[in-house]
Amino acid sequence: MNGLLPVLIIATSLVPALVTFFLAKDQTGWRNGLNLGGAVLKIALVGFMLAEVGAGTLHETRFLLAPGLALVLRVDALALLFVTLSAALWLLTTIYAIAYFDGTRDLSRFFGFFSLCVAATTGIAFSGTLVTFFVFYELLTLSTWPLVVHKGDAASLSAGRRYLAYTMPGSAALLAAIVWLESAVGPIAFAQPAALEAVDETTLRLVFALFVVGIGVKAALVPLHGWLPAAMAAPAPVSALLHAVAVVKAGAFGLARVVHDVYGIERVAALGLATPLAFVAALTILYGSARALQQVDIKRRLAFSTVSQVSYIVLGVALAGPLATIGGLVHLVHQGLMKVTLFFCAGAFAERAHIHRVDELAGIGPRMPWTASAFSIGALGMIGVPPIAGFVSKWYLGIGALQAGQPWVVGVLVASSLLNASYFLPLLYRMWFLPAPETLPARGPDTRALERPLGLIAPPVATALAALAVGLLAASPISPLAWTTLIVEREYAP
Amino acid sequence: MTEPLDTAALAAALAVALPLAGALAALVLGRRAGDVIVVTGPAMALVAAALIAGIVETGPARIAVGGFAPPLGIALVADGLAATFVATTLAVMAAALAIARGGLVARLRETRRGYAFVALAHLAWGALNAVFLSGDLFNLYVALELLGLAAIALVALEGKPETLAAAIRYAWFALTGSLLYLAGAILLYSEAGTLDIALTATRATESATMLVAGALMTAGLCAKTALFPLHAWLPPAHAGAPAPASAILSALVPKASFVVLARLWLEALPAIATPALGPLLGGLGAAAILYGSVLALRQERLKLLVAYSTIAQIGYLFLLFPLAGGALGTQPWAAGAWSGAMLHGVSHALAKAAMFLAAGLVLARLGHDRIAGLSGLARAMPMTAFALGLAAVTLMGLPPSGGFIAKYLLLVAAFASGQGAWALVMLGGGLLAALYLFPVLGRLLAKEDPEKTEPAGPPPSAAREAIPLLLAALAVALGFASVWPTALLAIGRPGAAVEGLE
Amino acid sequence: MSPDLAPNATLYALVGAALVGLGLYGLVARRHPLRRLVGFNVMGSGLFIVFGATGTAPGLAPDPVPQALIITGIVVAFSATALITALAGRYAALTGRAGLPEETPPPDGDAAGRPEAS
Repeated sequence: MNGLLPVLIIATSLVPALVTFFLAKDQTGWRNGLNLGGAVLKIALVGFMLAEVGAGTLHETRFLLAPGLALVLRVDALALLFVTLSAALWLLTTIYAIAYFDGTRDLSRFFGFFSLCVAATTGIAFSGTLVTFFVFYELLTLSTWPLVVHKGDAASLSAGRRYLAYTMPGSAALLAAIVWLESAVGPIAFAQPAALEAVDETTLRLVFALFVVGIGVKAALVPLHGWLPAAMAAPAPVSALLHAVAVVKAGAFGLARVVHDVYGIERVAALGLATPLAFVAALTILYGSARALQQVDIKRRLAFSTVSQVSYIVLGVALAGPLATIGGLVHLVHQGLMKVTLFFCAGAFAERAHIHRVDELAGIGPRMPWTASAFSIGALGMIGVPPIAGFVSKWYLGIGALQAGQPWVVGVLVASSLLNASYFLPLLYRMWFLPAPETLPARGPDTRALERPLGLIAPPVATALAALAVGLLAASPISPLAWTTLIVEREYAP
Repeated sequence: MTEPLDTAALAAALAVALPLAGALAALVLGRRAGDVIVVTGPAMALVAAALIAGIVETGPARIAVGGFAPPLGIALVADGLAATFVATTLAVMAAALAIARGGLVARLRETRRGYAFVALAHLAWGALNAVFLSGDLFNLYVALELLGLAAIALVALEGKPETLAAAIRYAWFALTGSLLYLAGAILLYSEAGTLDIALTATRATESATMLVAGALMTAGLCAKTALFPLHAWLPPAHAGAPAPASAILSALVPKASFVVLARLWLEALPAIATPALGPLLGGLGAAAILYGSVLALRQERLKLLVAYSTIAQIGYLFLLFPLAGGALGTQPWAAGAWSGAMLHGVSHALAKAAMFLAAGLVLARLGHDRIAGLSGLARAMPMTAFALGLAAVTLMGLPPSGGFIAKYLLLVAAFASGQGAWALVMLGGGLLAALYLFPVLGRLLAKEDPEKTEPAGPPPSAAREAIPLLLAALAVALGFASVWPTALLAIGRPGAAVEGLE
Repeated sequence: MSPDLAPNATLYALVGAALVGLGLYGLVARRHPLRRLVGFNVMGSGLFIVFGATGTAPGLAPDPVPQALIITGIVVAFSATALITALAGRYAALTGRAGLPEETPPPDGDAAGRPEAS
């Protein structure tokens, strides 16, 4: 059973993906049933596995691809953190997407690649070796590209080109790094520290730089972030998936694996690479926030906010100290919940009220109260207002930085929070306090129609409540914070 | 003198004889020639299975044809390399002939060209298997000539002036290549007194004559393989032929002369390979990768793009020589490089055949194959679009596909042998492939043009659309199941490197 | 083996080599397909004569291997010649030109809008 469970969990996304491709366009019931069924089954299996891994069981599966080249699925606590997030958000995003795309064309293709993308994300989380990681990492690129160009118009195609222009050289750099290192020390598994002593320091530094460039593209580190705002041409469920669950998270997660499980944070620090990485992350945090401030398109503003927020994870990973690591890793979940809420809401605003720009938000709060409330919780959480999830992450990052002897990070956090506030608060102000333009229907029975169907509104409300809950209940033993603490104590305790 | 007739020996003989019988049957059957594949396909599947089973069980087999042992007689050698390519040939040939049965052959039923395709494809099939199974350099010459003549005729099949010109141009390259090869073989015989590959390996000593012999044969084989800068004949020939013929020409024919070249330097003459050989052939391969990709980027027609991509993909094969050729053959990484190059040959064959067959379906449906006019095809022909996508993944060397495993093995060999430059070329080639293939895929996913023209032909049946998809899926599946092909390839692999980095 | 070659063999080898050179010139330098074809055949014949010369040594019976191979080679060269003659003839009949254009534009099967089935 131990070997089978990770495979089963990937299969809950992979099998629906492969079957969906071959469904006819009018087989809506089959398509929705298959994808929702897979998502529910996955959550059940992940829940079972959480209990097992929490108790200390290890799941591992090996599959030989070629002589000396094995696909290894290994489930540790960090993997499960990522998988739990993606499993929960996959279900909600599927519900949302079904409502969002109702009645449009090419849905079998869309849901096929959508589920394939989740399967790839799960594979990335479960990867036990660098090569396995690379295989799923590329599968993720290949399955997200058709989603980005899904609309098929000129803007989407150009966004797709941009996406590939960044990710393809990134993957070449990553492959070069992996092969270079493995040709010197043999296959690298995350579970055993690689014998990197045998490799000279210059090579190690070069390879590390290749890793950061290769994975940093997906994590949207400045200056490798250009694809992410461009990818806003994609439909809202895709944006939610790219920003909260799959692509940027795969990048941040990959960097955590390289720093902690391939090199080890001590070696990274000893090679003099930790502080530069932290600098890049800090720069990205500030740059992303500053650019977000300039955007008038809501989705673009959210996109630059993602650039900024994902680097909190990288920052936490790059700081040599357990509390900072906790802060970074827990932000993987926290940012996911908050950002998916924001994108769900932005999609609902665009679909139901045709609002795309910041200045069009005026007065939407009372007309779409559920959506606007959810958006507000997400935005306040991003700023770091207690007790929403974002506050917990920033708190741990701050005291973690002090613990690691890097007090400048606190300044970055404060500056970034101020910037967050200055690009999110005006939105909230417009939504709740400015009068609505006459183009919006008057309050009353007509406006209730704005918040339909349920599938478009319930998912953001659920994720907003979750973002609130994981902050409020951070001290409870089943919170993401508690799980992250377990990861750091178990795997990365000095 | 005769060895006991075991399974592998019988299968090897049948692998050559059956397709030739199929070619004759096609001529006899005339208008019903399309049905020949219904018999030869399953029969050859049995033969390939028996061949693989035989050599897995007993190791490489040598068959003295007619009971004459070398040096007087000629030998067939069934090793892992031969079996792997016999199986690959089977997959491509079966697919091409099956898809042609309801298309090309049916369309040209009233003329001789319809069954000529079936006969020529079977002739090429037998010749290919003869090349892969030959253990004798002169026998290889005959098999290569047979293959070349069948291939030239396949190019000319449409009978239009452009394709005739492409065929004649191809013929000059192929024939000059043959004569150079023959001249080399004659010199080699005058020095070593044999043309048997295994005997040559024991008798060859370093001498000027031997080097000249090797150089002449190499030049001839490079022209036949369309290695840069001897590639100019390939794109018009491969793109001008009917799609099922293009699939055979692009996927299989260059592999035959490459396999001969690999056998020449790694099996017959490893002792006299000079250190310059690797960088020279590898450098031409690298140039082919870059130059072919850049030219592919500039193509506006799908079939031409696919043809130029073949020039680039052939380049990867030649990285075998700097990574495993000559004295490097005994190094620990050589085995991985050898398996990687051969695996690349197999996965490229499957993916390229899938691409040409898919392009043929597109051409039949739309009446053109201009890339700019492919918008909305993913909606109109989803299976064909999917086949093109999967084949593209393999050609780009992205996981999970056979192309990725091959590239990974070659990359490890490049880094392990301290020749990082080849790794850079391979990674750059992958990026260039993405650069010319993704725009095609993007076109497929794009919205239809508002002023859409009426399709020129009826939609293909689901069964015909499934054929390229199956081939492409096979190329991808190779990435998950490389253990078996690499184990098969390792049977009778040249060089001392059996263990080590793979 | 060249020092052991009989005087006749040396003559054969030299004549063969001269033919190879002549044929190669025709094959490379000429544009007309028939001239090229003649060049191809002259070069092939030269190679066969050289090959035959390698099989003779003084005092020994002639080596049968080259002779067997030469016969096979002649058959192969004959088939190639026949095929190319047919192709060139067909080309000339269709276009009214014997020689190929210097740089053929890529064959554009779809230009006339004629569907090409696969």
